[in-house]
Amino acid sequence: MSRDTALVSADWAEKNLGASGVVFVEVDEDTNAYDGGHLPGAIKLDWKTDLQDPVRRDFVNKEQFEALLSARGIGNDDTVVLYGGNNNWFAAYAYWYFKLYGHGDVKLLDGGRKKWELDARPLVKDLPNREQTTYSAQEPDTAIRAFRDEVVKAIGTQNLVDVRSPDEYAGRLLAPAHLPQEQAQRGGHIPTAVSVPWSKAANEDGTFKTDDELRDIYAAAGLEDGKDTIAYCRIGERSSHTWFVLKELLGHSNVKNYDGSWTEYGSLVGVPVALGDEPGKA
Amino acid sequence: MTTVPVDASCAAPDQSAPLPASVDLEKETVITGIVTAADGSAVGGAYVRLLDATGEFAAEVVTSPAGQFRFFAAPGTWTLRALSRHGNGDTTVTAVRGVTETGVQVG
Repeated sequence: MSRDTALVSADWAEKNLGASGVVFVEVDEDTNAYDGGHLPGAIKLDWKTDLQDPVRRDFVNKEQFEALLSARGIGNDDTVVLYGGNNNWFAAYAYWYFKLYGHGDVKLLDGGRKKWELDARPLVKDLPNREQTTYSAQEPDTAIRAFRDEVVKAIGTQNLVDVRSPDEYAGRLLAPAHLPQEQAQRGGHIPTAVSVPWSKAANEDGTFKTDDELRDIYAAAGLEDGKDTIAYCRIGERSSHTWFVLKELLGHSNVKNYDGSWTEYGSLVGVPVALGDEPGKA
Repeated sequence: MTTVPVDASCAAPDQSAPLPASVDLEKETVITGIVTAADGSAVGGAYVRLLDATGEFAAEVVTSPAGQFRFFAAPGTWTLRALSRHGNGDTTVTAVRGVTETGVQVG
C-alpha cells in the first residue's frame, strides 16, 4: 500500500461525488455530525451501534459485517471512501475493519470532515437511497489485529507504540482531555512502548504529513526497522490512525492494531505497567 | 465516590450541554469558553485544539452553535487553538482544579 492507493484528497473526493462504483461513508461515534450535514451521497456508519457487538466487547463478526454492508448498499467491487470527525480516528478504525474483513478497495479521505468543513465544501442533509447488495466478507485477517497475550509477549521484543497524548502515556491523565477523567483502570503505559502521539502524524487541518516527515517522526522515536510493530491507544481508534500511517502510507510489513488498548491492558491483573515519560524496562 | 457516565469512547460530548451533575469538580479541571469572531459574534463549528505546555496536541472539540467548547484537563498551562472558516486564533490559559473559563478569538 501507499499514499496513492490508500488516501484520496478532498479535491478528488469532490470531483468523484456520485461517481459510479464509489461509496462515501462517514464514520463517527456521534452521528449527529452526519445528520447535520454530510458529503453528498455519503452513507453513515455508527462506530458503536454498527461496528461493535452489542453484548460482548468485540466487534461485529463476519456474518454481521456482511449483513451490515449488504443492508447499506455496499458491494464487494465498490471503492469505499471513509471519512469522519475526530481527525478521522473512527474512519481509520473503520478502514482497518474493512481491511480486516478483506474489502478490495478502501480509501481514507485526507483531512476528513474537518478539512472538508474548513474548505467550505458542500454538505447536504439528504439521505441517499442505495439498493441492497449481497456482500461477502473474508475471514478476519488477524495479521493486523493484536490481542492481549501477544502484547504482553511483545514487551521488550517488538516495537510497541503508544499513540495517546503524553499525559495519558505518563499516567497523568486517563483519557483524552475532552472527556471526564474518572476511569476504572490504572494509568500509565505498557513497559518499553515508545510515545508517539497519533497527532504527530497529522497537520492541524487533519491531513496526514508527508511520507518523509512521517518516516522521520517514527525513526526519531526509536521504532526499529525489521521489528514487528503493535500500536495501541485507549480504545483502539487513535491507534488505527497510526496503524494506517505505518502500514498503509509508509508500507511497513508487519503492523498490528491492539484494539483492546489501554482500557483492556490497564485493567489486567498481573501485567507490568510503566509510569512517567520514559518507556521503562521489560 | 461519584462516577461519570461516559461511554468508553473518545468522541466529543455535546459541547453545548451544561456540565453533567455527576462531574466532580473537586477532581476535574474543566477548561471552557466561547470562540468569537473579530466582531464579537460566537463561532459555531470551530475546531478547538487543546495543546499542552510543550505545544503537543492533547484534544480537539467542535464548538456548539453558540461557540462553546469544553475540555477535561489537568492543572497547568495549556494553549487553546481554534480553526474556523473565519480564520484561526489561539490563547494561553493557566487552568486550576474546578472550572477555568477563557475565550478564543479568531480572524
